[in-house]
Amino acid sequence: MKNSTQAQDQSIKKMNWFDRLAHPGQFLKWSKYLIIPLIIITIVLFALGLWYAFFNSPEDYQMGDTVRIMYVHVPNAWLSQFVYMAMAVSAIGTLVWRHPIADVSMKVAAPLGAGFTALALFTGSLWGRPTWGTYWEWDGRMTATLILLFMYLGLVALWRSFDDQLRAAKLIAVLTLVGAINIPIIKFSVDWWNTLHQPSIVSAKGLSMPASIYIPLFVMMFAFTFLFATLHIVGMRTEILRRRADALERKSLYNTGAKGEVK
Amino acid sequence: MIGNLVNSLGPHANFIIISYLGVALVITGLIIGTMLSSAKQKKRLANLEAKGIRRRSEK
Repeated sequence: MKNSTQAQDQSIKKMNWFDRLAHPGQFLKWSKYLIIPLIIITIVLFALGLWYAFFNSPEDYQMGDTVRIMYVHVPNAWLSQFVYMAMAVSAIGTLVWRHPIADVSMKVAAPLGAGFTALALFTGSLWGRPTWGTYWEWDGRMTATLILLFMYLGLVALWRSFDDQLRAAKLIAVLTLVGAINIPIIKFSVDWWNTLHQPSIVSAKGLSMPASIYIPLFVMMFAFTFLFATLHIVGMRTEILRRRADALERKSLYNTGAKGEVK
Repeated sequence: MIGNLVNSLGPHANFIIISYLGVALVITGLIIGTMLSSAKQKKRLANLEAKGIRRRSEK
């Protein structure tokens, strides 16, 4: 047994840095050192961002205090698209390099993305009522974001409907890549079609708001992004452990069955 | 302090507060869900190890 462990250690040492990062066992080793720093950074950023949002930022000259909804709406809208792009990159990892960690990443990101997308729609709706006079408008940005939510929920349901997660990964990776077409549609919908939704806050011309508003916004965007990173890494570790436990249970059942046959 | 804050948020304070509460609720749900799931899998593996069922590399 000692020899098999040594052989495994040697085979890991032979891997390049990318393979080593993506090896589930190695991922469990290096990622555990990230969790506490990520939690601390996330808490500090949220504390700072909320303080800015409520106590150190002005009301907007047009929207008044409802501009404060932007500090939770925009980060969730950003993450709804960022998480999907992370899933699309993972899908490429699954299909091209067949890295086991890539489909773990894809699977864990889907429910998080669904949560952030639902929050983007929820907060956007609540922001729309006092500023536009309506909770909902079937325009390009909102409709495409609603479709994104349904896509996330569909992918979560697909993952749960397969017993064999490795087979599920290939199918879901293809679907994820096909669905990625929705991301540029969401991004550019405010430029392509008439809409109530305001245009992008970041453009080639720079930022379309004063520092007193974009500083709290960016602090909150970083806070939510670090929150996602923390939950994603913890979730990936959990998924690796789940697959290990599943494999061990199967092995245990197989051994029990084999012994039963011998008897 | 909270009363002062709510009063300072203007006529649409309800929309702002419900937005933040909704976000807090969903984020708390995601955090708790992630923690419970992690604890469950760790417990599963610990139970298997207690029965002597381990991965080859860990024997």
